Amino acid sequence: MSAHGNNNEPFTDSSSDFTEYWIDLFLGIKGNEYFCDIDDDYIRDRFNLTGLNQEVAKLPTLVDIITDMVDIELQPEEHRDSLEHNARVLYGLVHARYILTQRGLNKMFEKYKNGDFGYCPRVNCQLHPLLPVGLEDLPRSTSVKLYCAKCEDLYNPKSGRHAIIDGAYFGTSFPAMFFQNFTHAMPVHSKETYVPKVFGFKVHEHSNLDRWRSLQRRKLETRLTGYGIDIHNTSGGFVEEAAPEARAETT
Amino acid sequence: MSSDPEDDYVPWIQQFCESFGHDYFVPVAQEFIEDDFNLTGLSLQVPYYREALYTILDYQVETSEDAPTTNAGNGLRSGSGKRSDLPNKLLLSHSAELLYGLIHARYIISKPGLTAMASKFERSEFGICPRYYCDGMHLIPVGATDIPGQETVRLYCPCCSDIYLPLSSRYLNIDGAFFGTTFPGLLVKMFPEIENQCKLRINKVNQDNFGIRLFGFKIHESSATGPRMKWLRQYPALEEERREYAECELELPPANDGGVDMSVSEASEIEPDFDDDRTMASEGI
Ligand SMILES: [Zn+2]
Ligand SMILES: [Zn+2]
Repeated sequence: MSAHGNNNEPFTDSSSDFTEYWIDLFLGIKGNEYFCDIDDDYIRDRFNLTGLNQEVAKLPTLVDIITDMVDIELQPEEHRDSLEHNARVLYGLVHARYILTQRGLNKMFEKYKNGDFGYCPRVNCQLHPLLPVGLEDLPRSTSVKLYCAKCEDLYNPKSGRHAIIDGAYFGTSFPAMFFQNFTHAMPVHSKETYVPKVFGFKVHEHSNLDRWRSLQRRKLETRLTGYGIDIHNTSGGFVEEAAPEARAETT
Repeated sequence: MSSDPEDDYVPWIQQFCESFGHDYFVPVAQEFIEDDFNLTGLSLQVPYYREALYTILDYQVETSEDAPTTNAGNGLRSGSGKRSDLPNKLLLSHSAELLYGLIHARYIISKPGLTAMASKFERSEFGICPRYYCDGMHLIPVGATDIPGQETVRLYCPCCSDIYLPLSSRYLNIDGAFFGTTFPGLLVKMFPEIENQCKLRINKVNQDNFGIRLFGFKIHESSATGPRMKWLRQYPALEEERREYAECELELPPANDGGVDMSVSEASEIEPDFDDDRTMASEGI
């Protein structure tokens, strides 16, 4: 297990404690829950690595380490830490490309369904599952963010372990590609908003803004209907309340 | 080592505020509780109200467990010694917590309470907004309702004016009514610097620029997977939008409605803006 000697976590997933596969060990590290398992074939295909030799040194050795062709223990000791570090960087950068392929998307879909990326903290999103996204595709620019397709907004990861992961390991295109592929996973959006109240009365500036926003939404609905898109209680559309009486004030 | 029980004495309120998951609460000032006016109506909401009040104020309260039993040491739990008009310890502690929570909701909208909560807010003790564009804005606890036992506490972000679930599960059984619906709105009103902090954040990032992209290109709204929620975080920016905003001051849509209907009269009012907006939308691509 000394391959992970530079990892400060005292604990790795017990199921991976006795496997010898680099990828399994990598995925088992606490904090790496957002990553999926990349096929060896994909990593070994030089075409998929185009341009990555500019990001990491000794690319062929790193590929061998990731795919278990070379044991990192057999490398000179003084190089092991940097090889391990670069192998992880390479895995991340290949990951961003892999999750745009059909196989990668399928794996990420399973993780999405499983809630591996967490759930939207916004009350009106009712724990809608999130997707990881990068704000840039270049490595070392910004950390990973989480995208909620229900409110179409970005959130910071809850855990500090996730908050430091490079966003480039997921890339800017992932959520859009995900929903192009799994159109049925597009949520039915909620129109509910929150307006602060003081002694039972909505705060004036806030209800003004809320009305203006709902006007913008209605104009969008009109345009969408104009495009021939069905938006009533359907995926990619909006939740329609049956009748105003149905959502009579609970308080 | 302390033989004097007085050394271990922790006032009930302090104990409550220090217990697990109670870190959103502030200690309510004794004078506030002792003023009957502040407690108006609470006796109807809390069982064993008087005993609960005495508990909070650290008076001795007799519970059914304390009542003298005729035959102490008897293995059988004879009910003969128990007085039915006394609450048991568990019931009493529940009532005391309920009463304290309801008093707390009133206290934090009084001047001293607001001030105490404002310091907690400044120290970020309620956490920060999870929304990326809110850039670490401090959160404010809020109840979805003022009736206890309905909803757990939520957190209001004055920057995006939205409510979020607390990060940690330890707050998932804290009653939202113990903070109430009014508190965040009042806090923001009383401390205008909060609004300034928000304005700085809103102006700092151009949120309008966000939208998921595929290889650098935004998805158009006419696509099945196109954006649908831009309005949720939108601010009037263009002159035309500011005019619309002014028109929304008092109506359109009706104030108590979350956008349920699109009545004919309102739809006709929207019509004239339709074409302008379409141009804007296509410019944004
Ligand atoms: Zn959401
Ligand atoms: Zn916010």
